[in-house]
Amino acid sequence: MIELILRRFGGALMILFGVAAITFVLLYALPADPAVQLAGRSATAQTVANIRHELGLDQPLIVQFVHYLGNLVQGDLGRSYTQKTEVMTLILARLPATLILMVSGILVEVAIGLTLGTIAALNRGGAVDRLVMTVSFIGVSAPQFVVALLLLYVFAATLQWFPMAGFGGFSHVVLPALTLGVLGAGWYARMVRSAMIDVLNQDYIRTARAKGVAERTVILRHAVPNALLPIVAMIGIDIGQFMGGVVVVEAVYGWPGIGQLAWQAIQQVDIPIIMGVTLISSLAIVTGNLIADLVAPLIDPRIRAR
Amino acid sequence: MQRIFREFLRRPTAVFGLIVVLLVVIGALAAPLIAPYAPDEQLFDGLTLEGAPIGPDAVFLLGTDTLGRDLLTRLLFGARTSLIIGVVANGTAVTIGLGIGMLAGYLRGPAGNALMRFTDLMMAFPALLLAIVLAALFHPSLWIVAMVIAMVNWVQVARIVYTETRGLVERDFILAERSLGAGHARIVFKHILPHLVPTAIVWGTLGIATTVLLEATLSFLGVGVQPPEPSWGNIIFESQSFFTAAPWLVIFPGIAILLTALSFNLVGDALRDILDPTQRGRM
Repeated sequence: MIELILRRFGGALMILFGVAAITFVLLYALPADPAVQLAGRSATAQTVANIRHELGLDQPLIVQFVHYLGNLVQGDLGRSYTQKTEVMTLILARLPATLILMVSGILVEVAIGLTLGTIAALNRGGAVDRLVMTVSFIGVSAPQFVVALLLLYVFAATLQWFPMAGFGGFSHVVLPALTLGVLGAGWYARMVRSAMIDVLNQDYIRTARAKGVAERTVILRHAVPNALLPIVAMIGIDIGQFMGGVVVVEAVYGWPGIGQLAWQAIQQVDIPIIMGVTLISSLAIVTGNLIADLVAPLIDPRIRAR
Repeated sequence: MQRIFREFLRRPTAVFGLIVVLLVVIGALAAPLIAPYAPDEQLFDGLTLEGAPIGPDAVFLLGTDTLGRDLLTRLLFGARTSLIIGVVANGTAVTIGLGIGMLAGYLRGPAGNALMRFTDLMMAFPALLLAIVLAALFHPSLWIVAMVIAMVNWVQVARIVYTETRGLVERDFILAERSLGAGHARIVFKHILPHLVPTAIVWGTLGIATTVLLEATLSFLGVGVQPPEPSWGNIIFESQSFFTAAPWLVIFPGIAILLTALSFNLVGDALRDILDPTQRGRM
């Protein structure tokens, strides 16, 4: 077990190094020049050259990369070009908002997905099953930004139940969490349905039913826990995606999370922030997968035995 | 082939999907013929006296946008953008995924391993963020957007093709072919590739749904297809600050995106069920 953890940890470090290297090369090879951007439109060639020298952009790419890695292992992500602040500080300041949105979004996803998926599996092949599957297909096919705008239109602008945008109390998180959760629930419902159908065909379910165990108990105590495994893996993936990928929802709702920080940085060609957010998101993706792998044997003793 | 067609027709949702896909394709191809106006024509009577966009009525079936252009016309021309990017970007992604997955699965050993580690690495990238960064920092155009989406989307295909190829390489008929002295190229192209065609078809369809959504998202953020060239995403991008006053400017393009993505998903899902009986009724 310890050896497995260490090996997975080593693999995760290699992946992060690779992500850092590829992002670095991509960002510095791109046609958008941060020095020109910072200097403004009327700057002379000399000003641009000075800025480039100040930021260390005039050094060879490999020197810049080694320098960056050296700082990275000390937990230093560099300084933002435009905000003149440590990137780590900026990201940490945005972390609470992103975490709140992530947790509430995943809660909505799992609650809806688990319920719908179970109902569909129990009615396999029936009208209810087809309805649930169609609805979940609509969920995974709907564009996030349109749903976000429509929820805003109906519940914030027209009914005024929730605020239009911003960060604050519980009422602020409802619409963003619903946008993420309702759409993501489609994937969960399909996954749960498929896992539940597998589980319901197992002998121990038949045994439980033959013993005369109430159907409710068969489902909730015997079937659902055994169908949880794929959900844990999906939550692991979602943790990673939500850490850096909720740019759209954060942009529409003015949610001050990491996605918004990244979006502003992209518009200003603020490369250290873009680098930092990409790395943090990859770290979250890798950690999310790692946690899912480590939690799996705790949920399912059969994996432990292998 | 006939069996596939018959099984397909037995699924009402798949038939619905196919009909919508065909309608979108026809709408896109015939846009210049059936659209009532030119896509970037700012109509004289396209705005109210106060300068606001006009809601759906008898003249402008889906209303006009903030510049007084006919929304129906722009949606028809936007379908072209979505489909071109959908087909080109997804086609490229499936081709790359097939190539890398097949190569890694066939070579195995250190070279195959290295290719799959690279795929794992790409899986750890925040895909949407990467797409936004690339699209924003290149000067965005239709083709750049298509290539960015292809770069992000090939990974999944590669993993599935890799697993399938691994299974195929172990099979007796490949061994037999090899002992008869067949070269690598012959084995790969005549014996392995044909077995991967169903996978390519399924992902060639399902992937278009993902691509259409991603293109719309990038264009909505303003880093995708650039106005005045119409795309369903940038129509919403251009009018989002007016959306409480003119909700049709969000609703109609939104429905177009949803229906198109949904239909490609329905068709692809049905194809997967039919072409891969082990998956039947499971997902």
